[in-house]
Amino acid sequence: MMADLILTRGLKSEPSVRLSAYLERGGYQALRTALTQWTPEKVIDEVKTASLRGRGGAGFPAGLKWSFVPRTTDKPKYLCVNADEGEPGTFKDRFLMTHDPHLLIEGAVIAAYAVGIHAGYIYIRGEYEAVARRLDEAIAEAYAHGVLGKNILGRGFDFDLWVHRGAGAYICGEETAMLESLEGKRGVPRLKPPFPASVGLFGCPTVINNVETLACVPMIIRKGAAWFLENGRPKDGGTRLFSLSGAVQKPGVYELPAGTKLREIIFVHAGGLKPGAALKAVIPGGLSAPVLRADEIDVPMDVDALAAAGSMLGSSAVIVIDAATPMLSVLEKVAKFYEHESCGQCTPCRIGTSWIRRVVKRMIEHRGKAADLDLVLRLATNIKGRTLCPFGDAAALPILSIVRKFRTELEASLHSAGEKSFDA
Amino acid sequence: MSFTFSAELEPKIGALLLRYPTRRAALLPVLRLIQDEHGHISADAERRVAEILDLTPINVREVVTFYTMLTRSPVGRFHLQVCSNVSCGLAGGDRVSAYLQAKLGVRPGETTPDGKYTLTEVECLGACDEAPCMMVNFDFYGHLEAARVDEILDGLA
Repeated sequence: MMADLILTRGLKSEPSVRLSAYLERGGYQALRTALTQWTPEKVIDEVKTASLRGRGGAGFPAGLKWSFVPRTTDKPKYLCVNADEGEPGTFKDRFLMTHDPHLLIEGAVIAAYAVGIHAGYIYIRGEYEAVARRLDEAIAEAYAHGVLGKNILGRGFDFDLWVHRGAGAYICGEETAMLESLEGKRGVPRLKPPFPASVGLFGCPTVINNVETLACVPMIIRKGAAWFLENGRPKDGGTRLFSLSGAVQKPGVYELPAGTKLREIIFVHAGGLKPGAALKAVIPGGLSAPVLRADEIDVPMDVDALAAAGSMLGSSAVIVIDAATPMLSVLEKVAKFYEHESCGQCTPCRIGTSWIRRVVKRMIEHRGKAADLDLVLRLATNIKGRTLCPFGDAAALPILSIVRKFRTELEASLHSAGEKSFDA
Repeated sequence: MSFTFSAELEPKIGALLLRYPTRRAALLPVLRLIQDEHGHISADAERRVAEILDLTPINVREVVTFYTMLTRSPVGRFHLQVCSNVSCGLAGGDRVSAYLQAKLGVRPGETTPDGKYTLTEVECLGACDEAPCMMVNFDFYGHLEAARVDEILDGLA
């Protein structure tokens, strides 16, 4: 099956940032259709039928999430766009916002209409300042064009949208940490329940969707759920943006149907490995996803298949590791990242991630002890499932998978004085 | 010593406050504005921000210390932030950091004596297709190698 391009159609040939280019491509037609011909309930039903699953990492069905928000409430409701793209290896939301900011805005307005929301914030990671400025410009264009603000397209629906810049904290990609951060606090996750759909931003019902998730919405309205489903899997509709990085010939963003085989993505679309390099391992869904060995890549890239393979699709970020790269150095970077980004709220995570980092560091520095790998396994196991938010598992699972799947290599490097760095 | 907002900052802060139902929600954007103007966030600035947002000074301090991009001490005119995560590592990111350390005579976290450069190793910058990469202040540079790093540094006025 040759899939249609849902998200990146038209981006190859023309400058696409300006509103005029977006309108020429049929932009904001879906919004017009939704506001003039569809009830909010119909929008939610269509998105449900399309099996649109969240593109941020958790893979939760978007339509279902929208339907959890109370229809009538005496409180304001909010939309938060999760543009805090911090999952290492992931750069697809940056690509979308850089090349097609209006696609996100249109998706956000439609979502707001469906749920009855009148105010929204795009929470974008602070490092993406250039992208944030582009969004600011696009939002100004959208206001001037009457697709944001009061009485959108003359249909009596109001929606305001602002860009809110983060300041360097991976944890703020976790939805409740994002809410805390937006409220002007440390980005520390909240205990759930209550879920944001009932008690979210400023204590009000809130929808939080990833950039790519919202960017799928206009085409679902324009071409229908059936068409969207044809371009993906029955329980995971549409195409996905895969971020390819590491030891491949052609790193970049690839739009492919959900369910495309990981092997095909690496060897056909990304051009295979760099000359002379052999495949050792793949991290298939951003750094938090458990690693796959070279013999485990005949797996379809959809939420359920990756889960069945013991990993996760996560943010669809594929990091390709070549045979020359020592897994101990990969483990060290993974451990360093989670130590740095742990918010410190839960003891197993705060202590565990820094302890693991120290143990791995001494292994790198040839001071490792025979029992160190078991110690790392024990520490990671003690984090898993014992934290308030998914960060704990996100730290523990890749570490456990690297140690378990590459134990022989790690033990050998423990006993040798050989080179363990990336740049051997 | 007291801290006063510049004439440019006042209206920007006023506009920010209109976006949120609470004054506190404007904290991160206000801190970013101050840091962009002053290079860092001093204790005096923290106290002044607390005043205008109806917060206690500790409400501000705990936020400043939580977020990596906010800094309480001055950094160099050019803040070189080199990615040290896996995708950049696979493309030679550690080499880039080592090269900058040798060239500038500083370790990560340090500033050159003339105050021109601060070198920091950071986590993934979300530009792995251009690995290895770094940010200089808010500008991105990818596909780094020694010659390219020299060229970039020469171009910084």
